[in-house]
Amino acid sequence: MILLDLFLGFLKVGCFAFGGAYGAIPLIRDVVLSYGWLTDETLTYMIAVSESTPGPIMVNLATYVGSSQGGFAGAVLATLAVVLPSFLIILLVTALLQTALKNKYVQAILRGLKPCVIGIVLATGIYMVLGNILPLGKKEAFDLRALCITLLLGVLGLLWPRLRKKKLSPILRILFAAVLGMIFYA
Amino acid sequence: MKSKHILPDLLLTFMKIGFFTFGGGYAMIAMIEDACVEKKKWITHDEMMNITVIAESTPGPIAINCATFTGYKQAGFIGALAATLGMILPSFLVIYLISMFLDNFLEITIIANAFKGIRIAVGLLILDAACTMIRKMHKKILPRTIMICSAILMLMINLFAWNFSSISLMLAAAAVSLTVFMIQNRSAGKGGNAQ
Repeated sequence: MILLDLFLGFLKVGCFAFGGAYGAIPLIRDVVLSYGWLTDETLTYMIAVSESTPGPIMVNLATYVGSSQGGFAGAVLATLAVVLPSFLIILLVTALLQTALKNKYVQAILRGLKPCVIGIVLATGIYMVLGNILPLGKKEAFDLRALCITLLLGVLGLLWPRLRKKKLSPILRILFAAVLGMIFYA
Repeated sequence: MKSKHILPDLLLTFMKIGFFTFGGGYAMIAMIEDACVEKKKWITHDEMMNITVIAESTPGPIAINCATFTGYKQAGFIGALAATLGMILPSFLVIYLISMFLDNFLEITIIANAFKGIRIAVGLLILDAACTMIRKMHKKILPRTIMICSAILMLMINLFAWNFSSISLMLAAAAVSLTVFMIQNRSAGKGGNAQ
């Protein structure tokens, strides 16, 4: 039953999505790839689309995956499932348990969860960057063009703060990457 | 004090915030602060600070946490529902529309090539996010060890397609941290009043 799977899958994501949008991406990858809902490639495209459209990234990803697998009903269920845990937890915390989060055992658990999320995000980032260039997983050959684009984008990301006095925004980085993709893969 | 119009007001205000903030996360906090603290005076600046701290210790998008909290403060459960729905409605509609056209869109060669480049940017964005998180992390031995072990394990899971989910990894890390805390607590409690 795809609708139930969507609901449960994204409920799991919603329960464990600590560390903001980028903390949730590895979880969503896990769920989406293990059910075989999307390919790694489509998911990566959707991360870029979610980053460039309004709204929280994990809500956007849930809506997209839900819609691609279960139409409108799927989109509604996946979106509700991903926000339901945080909705309920905030209600509980503000209404009843204002001190629950200060409990020393809860704090001890959170001290373990947060660095773990950082490690998972780091590994996912490394894997995705390398996976674009090297023959990991399904890719057959070393991709020289991808290496060039990676290096150019990396250098741009490092130089930008010096030239413009602020960080290269995600949307600008995606735009530059799109232009480089059109040039190199033409 | 609180009029009947509070529900539509909550819904529309959060829809506006949801529609005009890109990239999610901390970009939204500034918008929410401006709308809910400065203009509408629904919550105080201190409450806003408080909720961002709570958001860091609870799962889910920080913008949703803020919306739920503000809605609840104004009009209880129904208010929380109105604000949260307002927050997700715009992105839901936008993404739903995109999902209907994305496949056709990707069949155009030049767009497909652009997305091959964009794929690379996404990897770098995630790596960048990880570096920012590492910089803000507690510089103590336990969190660092957990971070490095998790990173190595997660990389192995990805590379060798091990059947071990990131959620199991998180639960293991939580268990390790809790165990270390209880052992330290017990040895610190010896002699004194152990709890």
